[in-house]
Amino acid sequence: MKKILFIEDEFALQKTLGDVLHQEGYEMISALDGETGLRLAKSAKPDVILLDLILPRVHGFTVLKQLKEDEETKAIPVIVLTNLEEMGDINRAIELGATTYLVKAQYSLEEVLEKVKKVLSLPK
Amino acid sequence: MNLKGALSQLNIMRQCRRHNLSLWQCPQFLFVVMGIIIIGVAVSTYFIGTLFVEDPGIIALIVLVSTAVLIVISSIITNSFERLAEANRMKSEFISVVSHQLRSPLSNIKWAIDLLMSGRLGPIRETQTDYFKILKENNNRMKELVNDLLVVSKIDQKILPIVKKNFSLREITEGMIEGFRPFAYASNVEVKLEAEENLPDVFGDPSQIMLVVENLLDNAIRYIREKGEILIKLEKIEKTVRFHIRDTGVGIPQPDQKYIFQKFFRSENALKYQTQGSGLGLYIAKAIVEKSGGTIGFESEEGRGSVFWFTLPISS
Repeated sequence: MKKILFIEDEFALQKTLGDVLHQEGYEMISALDGETGLRLAKSAKPDVILLDLILPRVHGFTVLKQLKEDEETKAIPVIVLTNLEEMGDINRAIELGATTYLVKAQYSLEEVLEKVKKVLSLPK
Repeated sequence: MNLKGALSQLNIMRQCRRHNLSLWQCPQFLFVVMGIIIIGVAVSTYFIGTLFVEDPGIIALIVLVSTAVLIVISSIITNSFERLAEANRMKSEFISVVSHQLRSPLSNIKWAIDLLMSGRLGPIRETQTDYFKILKENNNRMKELVNDLLVVSKIDQKILPIVKKNFSLREITEGMIEGFRPFAYASNVEVKLEAEENLPDVFGDPSQIMLVVENLLDNAIRYIREKGEILIKLEKIEKTVRFHIRDTGVGIPQPDQKYIFQKFFRSENALKYQTQGSGLGLYIAKAIVEKSGGTIGFESEEGRGSVFWFTLPISS
Protein backbone atom coordinates (compact mmCIF):
# COMPACT_ATOMS: atom_id res chain seq x y z
CA MET A 1 0.00 0.00 0.00
CA LYS A 2 1.42 3.39 -1.03
CA LYS A 3 1.83 5.98 1.68
CA ILE A 4 0.90 9.64 1.36
CA LEU A 5 2.00 12.29 3.85
CA PHE A 6 -0.42 15.23 3.86
CA ILE A 7 1.06 18.33 5.52
CA GLU A 8 -1.89 20.72 5.86
CA ASP A 9 -3.10 22.80 8.79
CA GLU A 10 -6.73 22.94 7.63
CA PHE A 11 -8.52 20.09 9.32
CA ALA A 12 -11.39 20.28 6.80
CA LEU A 13 -9.02 19.56 3.90
CA GLN A 14 -7.24 16.82 5.84
CA LYS A 15 -10.63 15.20 6.28
CA THR A 16 -12.03 15.54 2.72
CA LEU A 17 -8.93 14.83 0.65
CA GLY A 18 -7.65 12.37 3.26
CA ASP A 19 -10.91 10.38 3.17
CA VAL A 20 -10.92 10.25 -0.64
CA LEU A 21 -7.28 9.11 -0.85
CA HIS A 22 -7.91 6.55 1.88
CA GLN A 23 -10.91 5.26 -0.09
CA GLU A 24 -8.67 4.96 -3.13
CA GLY A 25 -6.50 2.58 -1.17
CA TYR A 26 -3.66 4.79 0.01
CA GLU A 27 -2.30 4.88 3.53
CA MET A 28 -2.70 8.40 4.83
CA ILE A 29 -0.38 10.07 7.30
CA SER A 30 -1.31 13.57 8.34
CA ALA A 31 0.64 16.45 9.81
CA LEU A 32 -1.03 19.69 10.89
CA ASP A 33 2.19 21.77 10.97
CA GLY A 34 5.53 21.99 9.18
CA GLU A 35 7.65 20.68 12.02
CA THR A 36 5.58 17.48 12.43
CA GLY A 37 5.56 17.13 8.65
CA LEU A 38 9.37 17.14 8.47
CA ARG A 39 9.64 14.60 11.29
CA LEU A 40 7.06 12.26 9.73
CA ALA A 41 8.68 12.55 6.28
CA LYS A 42 11.85 11.07 7.78
CA SER A 43 10.30 8.42 9.98
CA ALA A 44 7.41 7.19 7.79
CA LYS A 45 9.15 7.37 4.38
CA PRO A 46 6.04 8.24 2.36
CA ASP A 47 5.81 7.68 -1.42
CA VAL A 48 4.54 11.20 -2.00
CA ILE A 49 4.11 14.34 0.10
CA LEU A 50 1.22 16.78 -0.28
CA LEU A 51 2.42 20.09 1.11
CA ASP A 52 0.55 23.28 1.95
CA LEU A 53 2.68 26.44 2.07
CA ILE A 54 1.17 28.59 4.79
CA LEU A 55 1.80 26.35 7.78
CA PRO A 56 2.27 26.92 11.50
CA ARG A 57 5.68 26.36 13.17
CA VAL A 58 7.70 25.86 9.98
CA HIS A 59 6.65 27.53 6.70
CA GLY A 60 5.97 25.28 3.71
CA PHE A 61 8.91 26.70 1.71
CA THR A 62 11.28 25.85 4.57
CA VAL A 63 9.78 22.36 4.79
CA LEU A 64 10.28 21.90 1.03
CA LYS A 65 13.87 23.20 1.18
CA GLN A 66 14.79 20.91 4.09
CA LEU A 67 13.11 17.89 2.46
CA LYS A 68 15.14 18.42 -0.70
CA GLU A 69 18.39 19.02 1.16
CA ASP A 70 18.09 15.86 3.25
CA GLU A 71 19.53 12.70 1.65
CA GLU A 72 16.82 10.58 3.30
CA THR A 73 13.89 12.57 1.90
CA LYS A 74 15.10 14.31 -1.24
CA ALA A 75 13.81 11.60 -3.62
CA ILE A 76 10.24 11.80 -2.33
CA PRO A 77 8.06 13.70 -4.83
CA VAL A 78 6.38 16.76 -3.31
CA ILE A 79 3.07 18.12 -4.59
CA VAL A 80 2.53 21.67 -3.38
CA LEU A 81 -1.15 22.25 -2.65
CA THR A 82 -1.85 25.84 -1.69
CA ASN A 83 -3.96 28.90 -2.29
CA LEU A 84 -0.94 31.09 -3.12
CA GLU A 85 -0.97 31.68 -6.85
CA GLU A 86 1.68 34.34 -7.43
CA MET A 87 4.18 33.46 -10.17
CA GLY A 88 6.98 34.20 -7.69
CA ASP A 89 5.70 31.51 -5.28
CA ILE A 90 5.18 28.98 -8.08
CA ASN A 91 8.69 29.53 -9.49
CA ARG A 92 10.24 29.37 -6.02
CA ALA A 93 8.53 26.05 -5.23
CA ILE A 94 9.60 24.52 -8.55
CA GLU A 95 13.17 25.79 -8.07
CA LEU A 96 13.24 24.22 -4.62
CA GLY A 97 12.30 20.88 -6.17
CA ALA A 98 8.50 20.54 -6.02
CA THR A 99 7.18 18.04 -8.59
CA THR A 100 3.83 19.79 -9.14
CA TYR A 101 2.21 22.99 -7.92
CA LEU A 102 -1.58 23.02 -7.50
CA VAL A 103 -3.71 26.03 -6.52
CA LYS A 104 -6.53 24.66 -4.38
CA ALA A 105 -9.15 27.11 -5.64
CA GLN A 106 -8.55 26.05 -9.24
CA TYR A 107 -8.89 22.29 -8.84
CA SER A 108 -11.72 19.97 -7.98
CA LEU A 109 -11.20 17.11 -5.56
CA GLU A 110 -11.18 14.57 -8.42
CA GLU A 111 -8.60 16.58 -10.35
CA VAL A 112 -6.30 16.64 -7.32
CA LEU A 113 -6.78 12.90 -6.96
CA GLU A 114 -5.77 12.41 -10.62
CA LYS A 115 -2.64 14.54 -10.11
CA VAL A 116 -1.64 12.48 -7.06
CA LYS A 117 -2.12 9.24 -9.00
CA LYS A 118 -0.08 10.63 -11.89
CA VAL A 119 2.82 11.64 -9.63
CA LEU A 120 2.75 8.24 -7.92
CA SER A 121 2.96 6.51 -11.31
CA LEU A 122 6.09 8.45 -12.32
CA PRO A 123 9.30 6.39 -12.34
CA LYS A 124 11.50 7.16 -9.34
CA MET B 1 -25.80 81.65 -5.39
CA ASN B 2 -23.99 81.12 -2.05
CA LEU B 3 -20.56 79.46 -1.60
CA LYS B 4 -22.10 76.05 -0.86
CA GLY B 5 -24.23 76.22 -4.00
CA ALA B 6 -21.25 77.23 -6.10
CA LEU B 7 -19.13 74.45 -4.61
CA SER B 8 -21.74 71.79 -5.25
CA GLN B 9 -21.90 73.05 -8.84
CA LEU B 10 -18.16 72.38 -9.08
CA ASN B 11 -18.73 68.91 -7.61
CA ILE B 12 -16.40 69.76 -4.73
CA MET B 13 -19.01 69.00 -2.07
CA ARG B 14 -19.67 65.59 -3.61
CA GLN B 15 -15.96 64.78 -3.86
CA CYS B 16 -15.39 65.75 -0.22
CA ARG B 17 -18.32 63.57 0.86
CA ARG B 18 -16.95 60.67 -1.21
CA HIS B 19 -13.60 60.94 0.59
CA ASN B 20 -15.49 61.10 3.88
CA LEU B 21 -13.76 64.36 4.84
CA SER B 22 -15.27 67.48 6.37
CA LEU B 23 -15.13 70.64 4.25
CA TRP B 24 -12.24 72.12 6.25
CA GLN B 25 -10.16 68.98 5.80
CA CYS B 26 -10.98 68.48 2.15
CA PRO B 27 -8.10 69.28 -0.26
CA GLN B 28 -10.37 70.30 -3.15
CA PHE B 29 -12.22 72.82 -0.96
CA LEU B 30 -9.03 74.14 0.62
CA PHE B 31 -7.50 74.75 -2.79
CA VAL B 32 -10.47 76.96 -3.65
CA VAL B 33 -10.07 78.81 -0.33
CA MET B 34 -6.37 79.30 -1.04
CA GLY B 35 -7.14 80.63 -4.48
CA ILE B 36 -9.65 83.13 -3.04
CA ILE B 37 -7.15 84.25 -0.37
CA ILE B 38 -4.35 84.72 -2.93
CA ILE B 39 -6.60 86.79 -5.21
CA GLY B 40 -7.93 88.76 -2.19
CA VAL B 41 -4.44 89.47 -0.90
CA ALA B 42 -3.17 90.50 -4.32
CA VAL B 43 -6.09 92.91 -4.84
CA SER B 44 -6.02 94.34 -1.31
CA THR B 45 -2.22 94.72 -1.40
CA TYR B 46 -2.61 96.71 -4.58
CA PHE B 47 -5.24 99.05 -3.08
CA ILE B 48 -3.51 99.43 0.28
CA GLY B 49 -0.23 99.92 -1.54
CA THR B 50 -1.70 102.83 -3.52
CA LEU B 51 -3.13 104.39 -0.30
CA PHE B 52 -0.07 103.91 1.94
CA VAL B 53 2.80 104.33 -0.47
CA GLU B 54 4.84 106.05 2.22
CA ASP B 55 4.64 103.09 4.67
CA PRO B 56 5.90 99.84 3.05
CA GLY B 57 5.79 98.18 6.51
CA ILE B 58 2.00 97.79 6.23
CA ILE B 59 2.31 95.99 2.90
CA ALA B 60 5.07 93.77 4.25
CA LEU B 61 2.82 92.94 7.24
CA ILE B 62 -0.11 92.03 4.96
CA VAL B 63 2.10 89.78 2.85
CA LEU B 64 3.59 88.21 6.00
CA VAL B 65 0.18 87.47 7.60
CA SER B 66 -1.32 86.14 4.38
CA THR B 67 1.74 83.94 3.75
CA ALA B 68 1.37 82.52 7.28
CA VAL B 69 -2.31 81.76 6.63
CA LEU B 70 -1.42 80.08 3.32
CA ILE B 71 1.25 77.95 5.02
CA VAL B 72 -1.27 76.77 7.63
CA ILE B 73 -3.78 75.88 4.89
CA SER B 74 -1.07 74.10 2.86
CA SER B 75 -0.13 71.97 5.85
CA ILE B 76 -3.81 71.00 6.35
CA ILE B 77 -3.98 70.06 2.65
CA THR B 78 -0.84 67.93 2.91
CA ASN B 79 -2.26 66.19 5.99
CA SER B 80 -5.52 65.52 4.20
CA PHE B 81 -3.70 63.99 1.22
CA GLU B 82 -1.73 61.81 3.62
CA ARG B 83 -4.96 60.70 5.26
CA LEU B 84 -6.49 59.87 1.89
CA ALA B 85 -3.41 57.95 0.80
CA GLU B 86 -3.34 56.06 4.10
CA ALA B 87 -7.07 55.24 3.85
CA ASN B 88 -6.53 54.00 0.30
CA ARG B 89 -3.58 51.84 1.34
CA MET B 90 -5.55 50.38 4.25
CA LYS B 91 -8.51 49.65 2.00
CA SER B 92 -6.32 47.77 -0.49
CA GLU B 93 -4.66 45.86 2.33
CA PHE B 94 -8.05 45.06 3.85
CA ILE B 95 -9.37 43.72 0.54
CA SER B 96 -6.23 41.64 0.07
CA VAL B 97 -6.28 40.13 3.58
CA VAL B 98 -10.01 39.43 3.56
CA SER B 99 -9.86 37.87 0.09
CA HIS B 100 -6.94 35.63 1.01
CA GLN B 101 -8.65 34.60 4.23
CA LEU B 102 -11.87 33.81 2.36
CA ARG B 103 -10.15 31.57 -0.15
CA SER B 104 -9.29 28.75 2.24
CA PRO B 105 -12.80 28.22 3.65
CA LEU B 106 -14.23 28.49 0.12
CA SER B 107 -11.85 25.76 -1.09
CA ASN B 108 -12.79 23.61 1.90
CA ILE B 109 -16.49 24.01 1.14
CA LYS B 110 -15.93 23.32 -2.57
CA TRP B 111 -14.07 20.09 -1.91
CA ALA B 112 -16.61 18.94 0.66
CA ILE B 113 -19.40 19.54 -1.90
CA ASP B 114 -17.33 17.70 -4.57
CA LEU B 115 -17.01 14.75 -2.21
CA LEU B 116 -20.74 14.69 -1.38
CA MET B 117 -21.69 14.99 -5.06
CA SER B 118 -19.25 12.30 -6.17
CA GLY B 119 -21.37 9.65 -4.48
CA ARG B 120 -18.30 8.26 -2.72
CA LEU B 121 -20.03 8.64 0.65
CA GLY B 122 -23.14 6.86 -0.54
CA PRO B 123 -25.79 7.38 -3.20
CA ILE B 124 -27.40 10.81 -3.53
CA ARG B 125 -31.15 11.03 -3.75
CA GLU B 126 -32.53 12.84 -6.78
CA THR B 127 -34.25 15.38 -4.54
CA GLN B 128 -30.87 16.28 -3.04
CA THR B 129 -29.03 16.87 -6.32
CA ASP B 130 -30.57 20.31 -6.96
CA TYR B 131 -29.53 21.47 -3.50
CA PHE B 132 -25.98 20.29 -4.00
CA LYS B 133 -25.95 22.21 -7.29
CA ILE B 134 -27.18 25.33 -5.46
CA LEU B 135 -24.37 24.96 -2.94
CA LYS B 136 -21.81 24.50 -5.68
CA GLU B 137 -23.03 27.44 -7.79
CA ASN B 138 -23.10 29.80 -4.83
CA ASN B 139 -19.69 28.67 -3.74
CA ASN B 140 -18.48 29.45 -7.27
CA ARG B 141 -20.05 32.89 -7.16
CA MET B 142 -18.25 33.69 -3.93
CA LYS B 143 -15.01 32.32 -5.33
CA GLU B 144 -15.31 34.52 -8.42
CA LEU B 145 -16.04 37.59 -6.32
CA VAL B 146 -13.02 36.89 -4.12
CA ASN B 147 -10.87 36.43 -7.24
CA ASP B 148 -12.12 39.77 -8.61
CA LEU B 149 -11.34 41.47 -5.31
CA LEU B 150 -7.82 40.03 -5.38
CA VAL B 151 -7.26 41.27 -8.94
CA VAL B 152 -8.54 44.72 -7.91
CA SER B 153 -6.22 44.84 -4.91
CA LYS B 154 -3.30 43.90 -7.20
CA ILE B 155 -4.31 46.61 -9.69
CA ASP B 156 -4.51 49.18 -6.87
CA GLN B 157 -1.12 48.17 -5.52
CA LYS B 158 0.26 48.17 -9.08
CA ILE B 159 1.43 44.57 -8.77
CA LEU B 160 -0.90 42.88 -11.26
CA PRO B 161 1.38 40.46 -13.13
CA ILE B 162 1.19 40.78 -16.92
CA VAL B 163 3.23 38.14 -18.75
CA LYS B 164 3.13 39.12 -22.41
CA LYS B 165 3.42 36.77 -25.34
CA ASN B 166 1.95 36.29 -28.82
CA PHE B 167 -1.45 34.66 -28.97
CA SER B 168 -4.59 34.39 -31.07
CA LEU B 169 -7.42 36.60 -29.81
CA ARG B 170 -9.72 34.66 -32.11
CA GLU B 171 -8.98 31.36 -30.35
CA ILE B 172 -9.58 32.90 -26.93
CA THR B 173 -12.84 34.45 -28.11
CA GLU B 174 -14.08 31.22 -29.67
CA GLY B 175 -13.23 29.26 -26.51
CA MET B 176 -15.03 31.82 -24.36
CA ILE B 177 -18.14 31.79 -26.57
CA GLU B 178 -18.19 28.00 -26.29
CA GLY B 179 -17.91 28.18 -22.51
CA PHE B 180 -20.76 30.69 -22.33
CA ARG B 181 -23.03 28.73 -24.67
CA PRO B 182 -25.20 27.15 -21.91
CA PHE B 183 -25.63 30.52 -20.16
CA ALA B 184 -26.44 32.25 -23.47
CA TYR B 185 -28.92 29.50 -24.37
CA ALA B 186 -30.61 29.73 -20.99
CA SER B 187 -30.86 33.53 -21.43
CA ASN B 188 -32.33 33.25 -24.96
CA VAL B 189 -29.34 35.01 -26.42
CA GLU B 190 -27.67 34.17 -29.69
CA VAL B 191 -23.93 34.89 -29.83
CA LYS B 192 -22.36 35.38 -33.28
CA LEU B 193 -18.71 35.83 -34.16
CA GLU B 194 -17.41 37.58 -37.26
CA ALA B 195 -13.65 37.39 -37.50
CA GLU B 196 -11.56 38.80 -40.31
CA GLU B 197 -9.65 36.24 -42.39
CA ASN B 198 -5.94 35.87 -41.54
CA LEU B 199 -6.24 37.92 -38.38
CA PRO B 200 -2.72 38.41 -36.95
CA ASP B 201 -1.76 37.32 -33.42
CA VAL B 202 -1.75 39.95 -30.69
CA PHE B 203 0.84 40.65 -28.01
CA GLY B 204 -0.40 40.57 -24.41
CA ASP B 205 -1.11 38.34 -21.44
CA PRO B 206 -3.59 35.70 -22.72
CA SER B 207 -4.78 34.66 -19.25
CA GLN B 208 -5.59 38.26 -18.32
CA ILE B 209 -7.17 39.04 -21.70
CA MET B 210 -9.40 35.99 -21.20
CA LEU B 211 -10.70 37.76 -18.10
CA VAL B 212 -11.51 40.86 -20.20
CA VAL B 213 -13.37 38.86 -22.88
CA GLU B 214 -15.17 36.91 -20.14
CA ASN B 215 -16.32 40.09 -18.39
CA LEU B 216 -17.53 41.77 -21.59
CA LEU B 217 -19.38 38.68 -22.80
CA ASP B 218 -20.89 38.02 -19.38
CA ASN B 219 -22.18 41.62 -19.17
CA ALA B 220 -23.55 41.49 -22.72
CA ILE B 221 -25.57 38.34 -22.00
CA ARG B 222 -26.59 39.37 -18.50
CA TYR B 223 -28.10 42.71 -19.51
CA ILE B 224 -30.22 41.43 -22.38
CA ARG B 225 -33.86 41.23 -21.33
CA GLU B 226 -35.92 38.24 -22.37
CA LYS B 227 -34.09 37.55 -25.65
CA GLY B 228 -31.59 39.13 -27.94
CA GLU B 229 -28.47 38.93 -30.01
CA ILE B 230 -24.77 39.53 -29.48
CA LEU B 231 -22.37 40.16 -32.31
CA ILE B 232 -18.64 39.93 -31.72
CA LYS B 233 -16.33 41.26 -34.41
CA LEU B 234 -12.59 40.85 -34.63
CA GLU B 235 -10.77 43.03 -37.11
CA LYS B 236 -7.33 44.41 -37.81
CA ILE B 237 -7.13 48.17 -37.53
CA GLU B 238 -3.71 49.62 -38.31
CA LYS B 239 -1.25 48.05 -35.87
CA THR B 240 -3.93 46.62 -33.57
CA VAL B 241 -6.59 43.96 -33.46
CA ARG B 242 -9.93 45.29 -32.34
CA PHE B 243 -12.43 43.21 -30.37
CA HIS B 244 -15.91 44.63 -30.68
CA ILE B 245 -19.02 43.30 -28.90
CA ARG B 246 -22.50 44.62 -29.64
CA ASP B 247 -25.54 43.63 -27.62
CA THR B 248 -29.24 44.40 -27.75
CA GLY B 249 -29.45 44.83 -23.99
CA VAL B 250 -30.79 47.49 -21.64
CA GLY B 251 -27.98 49.98 -22.40
CA ILE B 252 -26.38 52.45 -20.02
CA PRO B 253 -28.16 55.72 -19.15
CA GLN B 254 -26.25 58.81 -20.33
CA PRO B 255 -25.55 60.24 -16.84
CA ASP B 256 -24.00 56.93 -15.71
CA GLN B 257 -21.73 56.51 -18.71
CA LYS B 258 -18.80 58.52 -17.35
CA TYR B 259 -18.61 56.31 -14.25
CA ILE B 260 -18.88 52.96 -16.00
CA PHE B 261 -15.20 52.02 -15.65
CA GLN B 262 -15.05 53.05 -11.99
CA LYS B 263 -14.48 50.47 -9.30
CA PHE B 264 -17.69 49.12 -7.68
CA PHE B 265 -19.86 51.34 -9.88
CA ARG B 266 -23.15 49.84 -11.00
CA SER B 267 -25.50 51.75 -13.21
CA GLU B 268 -29.01 52.34 -11.90
CA ASN B 269 -30.63 50.32 -14.64
CA ALA B 270 -28.07 47.52 -14.17
CA LEU B 271 -29.33 47.25 -10.60
CA LYS B 272 -32.91 47.35 -11.83
CA TYR B 273 -32.52 44.42 -14.24
CA GLN B 274 -29.75 42.43 -12.63
CA THR B 275 -29.12 42.39 -8.92
CA GLN B 276 -26.06 40.17 -9.17
CA GLY B 277 -22.74 41.84 -9.89
CA SER B 278 -20.00 43.61 -8.02
CA GLY B 279 -19.24 46.50 -10.37
CA LEU B 280 -15.65 45.29 -10.73
CA GLY B 281 -15.65 43.62 -14.16
CA LEU B 282 -15.22 46.73 -16.31
CA TYR B 283 -12.74 48.30 -13.90
CA ILE B 284 -10.61 45.15 -14.15
CA ALA B 285 -11.06 44.99 -17.94
CA LYS B 286 -9.88 48.58 -18.39
CA ALA B 287 -6.83 48.11 -16.16
CA ILE B 288 -5.78 44.91 -17.97
CA VAL B 289 -6.28 46.31 -21.48
CA GLU B 290 -4.37 49.49 -20.69
CA LYS B 291 -1.57 47.57 -19.02
CA SER B 292 -1.35 45.42 -22.15
CA GLY B 293 -0.80 48.53 -24.29
CA GLY B 294 -4.34 48.67 -25.68
CA THR B 295 -7.37 50.94 -25.36
CA ILE B 296 -10.94 50.25 -24.30
CA GLY B 297 -14.19 52.11 -24.85
CA PHE B 298 -17.91 51.85 -25.45
CA GLU B 299 -21.00 53.47 -26.87
CA SER B 300 -24.40 52.87 -25.39
CA GLU B 301 -27.98 53.94 -25.72
CA GLU B 302 -30.49 53.25 -22.99
CA GLY B 303 -33.09 50.73 -24.12
CA ARG B 304 -31.25 49.86 -27.34
CA GLY B 305 -28.00 48.24 -26.28
CA SER B 306 -24.27 48.78 -25.96
CA VAL B 307 -21.10 48.31 -27.94
CA PHE B 308 -17.91 47.66 -26.02
CA TRP B 309 -14.55 47.41 -27.75
CA PHE B 310 -10.90 47.06 -26.96
CA THR B 311 -7.73 46.94 -28.99
CA LEU B 312 -4.48 45.07 -28.50
CA PRO B 313 -1.20 45.60 -30.29
CA ILE B 314 -0.35 43.14 -33.06
CA SER B 315 2.56 40.84 -32.26
CA SER B 316 5.85 42.09 -33.65
